[in-house]
Amino acid sequence: MIEFKNIRKSFDGRTVIDNASAEMKAGQCNLIIGASGSGKTVLMKCMVGLFEPDQGEILYSGQNFTAMNNKERTVIRKEIGMLFQGSALFDSMSVQRNIMFPLNMFTDWSYKKKTDRVNEVLERVNLKDTNKKFPSELSGGMKKRVGIARAIVLNPKYLFCDEPNSGLDPITSLLIDKLIKEITVEYNITTVVNTHDMNSVMEIGNYILYMHKGKKEWEGSNKEIIFSKNHLLNEFIFASDFLKDAKEMRMLEETGKIPNLRNADDRIGHSSPSEPS
Amino acid sequence: MKLFTEIGRYLLMIKGMFSRPENMKMYWKEFMHQCSEIGFGSLGIVAIISVFIGAVSTIQTAYQLVTPLIPLSTIAQIVRDTVILEFAPTLVCIVLAGVVGSKIASELGNMRVSEQIDALEIMGINTKAYLVMPKIVASLVMIPLLVIFSMVLGILGGRMAGSAAGILSVTTFDKGLLQEFVPYNVFFALAKAYTFSFIISSVPAYYGYYVKGGALEIGQSSTKAVVTSCILLLFADYVLSALLL
Repeated sequence: MIEFKNIRKSFDGRTVIDNASAEMKAGQCNLIIGASGSGKTVLMKCMVGLFEPDQGEILYSGQNFTAMNNKERTVIRKEIGMLFQGSALFDSMSVQRNIMFPLNMFTDWSYKKKTDRVNEVLERVNLKDTNKKFPSELSGGMKKRVGIARAIVLNPKYLFCDEPNSGLDPITSLLIDKLIKEITVEYNITTVVNTHDMNSVMEIGNYILYMHKGKKEWEGSNKEIIFSKNHLLNEFIFASDFLKDAKEMRMLEETGKIPNLRNADDRIGHSSPSEPS
Repeated sequence: MKLFTEIGRYLLMIKGMFSRPENMKMYWKEFMHQCSEIGFGSLGIVAIISVFIGAVSTIQTAYQLVTPLIPLSTIAQIVRDTVILEFAPTLVCIVLAGVVGSKIASELGNMRVSEQIDALEIMGINTKAYLVMPKIVASLVMIPLLVIFSMVLGILGGRMAGSAAGILSVTTFDKGLLQEFVPYNVFFALAKAYTFSFIISSVPAYYGYYVKGGALEIGQSSTKAVVTSCILLLFADYVLSALLL
């Protein structure tokens, strides 16, 4: 479980995170949503230690991460995997070397064992036989999947994804969502996802935290979000008429007024076309 | 005020490099990679510059020595000392500040803006130690070697140009080379080379490591890195000459 209490962060006198507190549920997909500039990425970077909060505490399974020195943090960081918005793959390395990098740095495994592990995670993200490709040869969706593979190669306890769907087409976005959800369950990881993609919110959000102008505005599950009366949240999430209609439909389904003919797994699962590689 | 902040941040970066490596083998690999990039990558340009500097020195020295009272072998002495004392360490390092410095600044800058440095930090790697330290150490190893290489090629270039232009024979040149040779000059040149190597690698590393923004800022930081390195290099050249000569 990851918990943050009273986090405040300012840049040049401008407050970006203002007294935010929340608890990310263990073994679940936790989503931080909000408009651009609402402080999602800064909050996530505070959580992983890339930014130091001006005030407040971040706790990993009860251990105060903010009070730790660099050496103590390294122990926690080895349990963290992160997928960056731009994937952050090392340009000069092939896919295999990118994924093998954490293994080379932190294990003394044999080359064969490391290669087997790389192939295993590549297969898990449906990118078999791309070992020798370079990041410049990959599509946006493939880069994200390699990023996920690198993030999970050391079996982390926590997975952070910063806008995993940004710049991707809707089908690839669904595939990435599905992958994140599956990996969270399979590896029993505590996943934190930053997003403003409504599909992700509805499909994978076990716990959703809505940020508005640096403050926690709302929290709840993807079921509760439909019935939320929070004006700012509704304005943000159900911005278009189409989304408003979809919300109405979902509300009727949830209250049993119309039958639920959808199968969440099918929507993001087997029936989805695969991304061309 | 901003200058002091920058100096402080630069010193903190240098301090931050000294930590126990997470995996010595990986650090060694990175060091060897940087040695190859900095050393062998600059070999061609250093060779070309050195030969031409030596050649031009010979011709210009001969042009200025119009009196027959000074023996021709003096040309070789002047070329030798100029190449060893100034041209090989200073001019080559100024060129390397452009070649190596811009490469270091843009490489680290690109890694910073594309979040590759953040990715390494998240993995629990000390990025200052893993990314900056091998570049500085590799520079400290390779650049003095390049300077020695430049001294040899510069003198050979002068020797070739002297005989090709009919100014002085190879035998006279070789005789002049051995006259009044002061080994301390080589020590002085190497002292300069080590100082310049540190400037050439650490200053661009600082500018690249702390870059903010995008492609435009990477270019700007790279330019700033080269300009600052060159100014510091010339200043250090003056200070070392005043102190050691």
